[in-house]
Amino acid sequence: MTKPQNPVLYLDDVTVSFDGFRALNGLSFVVEPGELRTIIGPNGAGKTTMMDVITGKTRPDKGTAFFKGTYDLTKLSEETIANLGIGRKFQRPTVFDNHTVFENLELALKADRRAARTLFARLAPAQKERIEAVMDQIGLSERARDLAGLLSHGQRQWLEIGMLLMQDPELLLVDEPVAGMTDHETEQTAVLLKGIAGKRSVVVVEHDMEFVRALATKVTVLHEGSVLSEGTVDHVQNDPKVIEVYLGR
Amino acid sequence: MSGPLSRSLAAGMESKARLYIRAALLIVIALLAALPLLNLFVPPSSPFYLPDFAVKLIGKWLCFAILALAIDLVWGYVGILSLGHGAFFALGGYAMGMYLMRTIGDRGVYKNPMLPDFMVFLNWKELPWYWYGFDNFLFALLMVVLVPGLLAFVFGWLAFRSRITGVYLSIITQAMTFALMLAFFRNDMGFGGNNGMTDFKDILGFPLNTDATRAGLYWASLIMLALTFLLCRMVVRSKLGRVLTAVRDAESRVRFLGYSVTNYKLFAFTLSAMIAGVAGALYTPQVGIINPSEFSPASSIEAVIWVAVGGRGSLVGAIVGAFAVNGAKSWLTSYAPEYWLFILGGMFIAVTLFMPRGIVGLFGPKGRGPRISKPSVANISAMLGTIPPEPKEQRP
Repeated sequence: MTKPQNPVLYLDDVTVSFDGFRALNGLSFVVEPGELRTIIGPNGAGKTTMMDVITGKTRPDKGTAFFKGTYDLTKLSEETIANLGIGRKFQRPTVFDNHTVFENLELALKADRRAARTLFARLAPAQKERIEAVMDQIGLSERARDLAGLLSHGQRQWLEIGMLLMQDPELLLVDEPVAGMTDHETEQTAVLLKGIAGKRSVVVVEHDMEFVRALATKVTVLHEGSVLSEGTVDHVQNDPKVIEVYLGR
Repeated sequence: MSGPLSRSLAAGMESKARLYIRAALLIVIALLAALPLLNLFVPPSSPFYLPDFAVKLIGKWLCFAILALAIDLVWGYVGILSLGHGAFFALGGYAMGMYLMRTIGDRGVYKNPMLPDFMVFLNWKELPWYWYGFDNFLFALLMVVLVPGLLAFVFGWLAFRSRITGVYLSIITQAMTFALMLAFFRNDMGFGGNNGMTDFKDILGFPLNTDATRAGLYWASLIMLALTFLLCRMVVRSKLGRVLTAVRDAESRVRFLGYSVTNYKLFAFTLSAMIAGVAGALYTPQVGIINPSEFSPASSIEAVIWVAVGGRGSLVGAIVGAFAVNGAKSWLTSYAPEYWLFILGGMFIAVTLFMPRGIVGLFGPKGRGPRISKPSVANISAMLGTIPPEPKEQRP
């Protein structure tokens, strides 16, 4: 084992309440560099709120959230956090329907985000190659010039993952990537995400247990805003606490 | 349907259609440019003679078309429905009006070399400080863009930073222009109260009531319209333009990509206000008067209808709409003036329900306009800028 580095993501005792309802209740967890982590949990367990906290959309009432040990995520704006290297995929695929696949990736490309610069921005050959490489990776090279609005549901999900990759993030947050996908698409998505992890850290929120099994990673089970169990798929599936939460209701 | 063959076929048809549109545009521009010649060089007895009022009228429409471009830039491309763009137009108009007043000098009714007539009438002894400099044409031109630009910048900064969008933003823009209207109605504001400014004599030494000056202002408006069109086209075709339409279609996605949505909106809004100011500045000398009614919310709404009718999200559409609606207005108000407002309202509803992409949506290649297909209530809210909805963030 090498010397432990700073974790990519470090959440400690994070609490968020909406009108008295505790969406997150003293949530603590850590993601290591290059790790692929799956988060599962019943509805209302706080998965989306956790992502909101990490991306600066929601401010916690209590607790700390650090990116790479130095950046305090509870203080930074959404844009800053995105530019630091945290990419987020929404639950519902959100791509720009009136832009082509290529343009969607171009907009996501890591580049100067200031308005004065984008007005005169021209794609460098290297940037173009990078867009093409990502289109290849997400299997959409054929559709480069089609409007994203014409893509199938699964393709839109991949396009959005591709957009995250264009940002060259160190941490990807992926919310229910295979919801509504066919079995074949689900398999391909698992391959895609496993290919991304290693170089980058990936946190996947998912309901589909088949898919979670296919990813074969460490699983964190959330329940009522805190961590209920953590370990391999088999471990958490046999954890009596997990069984109670999932089956005992 | 998306095979490579049909795609290249579609692309070919698209480029052909684009060529036709470009040719048609050039012909229209040439015809528009030639129009004043029919006034200047054709004797009034000839059937081809264009009366003075027509030059003035079409010159006015050219200014309206510039205003329509300004509105389309923010509404059609960024999804900001401003119902207060008339205010920026009017401010530009007032800045030009102040120059025209100062340049009258001692030829006014009261022969006062410094004070415009309405100030003498109100017993003012000194020129208010904010009237200084307006005797200089270049200074006035600067104010024509700076004042609307500054107002839009401050207003936009406050609104966009607080993430006010959709109908709420529309309502406060409306309130802004209404407040300005009330302010400009007041005599002690020093802008001529409800009479506004009129009885202008000349511009840069050219008397305003001659055919040649009229034609000159007409041509200036046409050139400005062309330049504005090219500027807007450059903006919407740049990467910045693609960010702007992305903001329109999925604002929070853009934010999570790391763009400052506030700054982008602010850029578009401020630029748009400056363009509207220029339109107003060209308008004032042609109609010969500027008064607070230009600030009325109704005029701002009317301008939005031009864009809706012509085709939101298409620059050509905005211009077509300004001409079509104002043409219809001039024609109808002389035949059935009492019905005009009903027709205007009906036009808006009809376009919203059945032609969401406006007149230009009926022709030409499919653009990247906001895609709204079926007639439905959703279209109306789309027109109001509330669609596409932000993906509903789900709370657990």
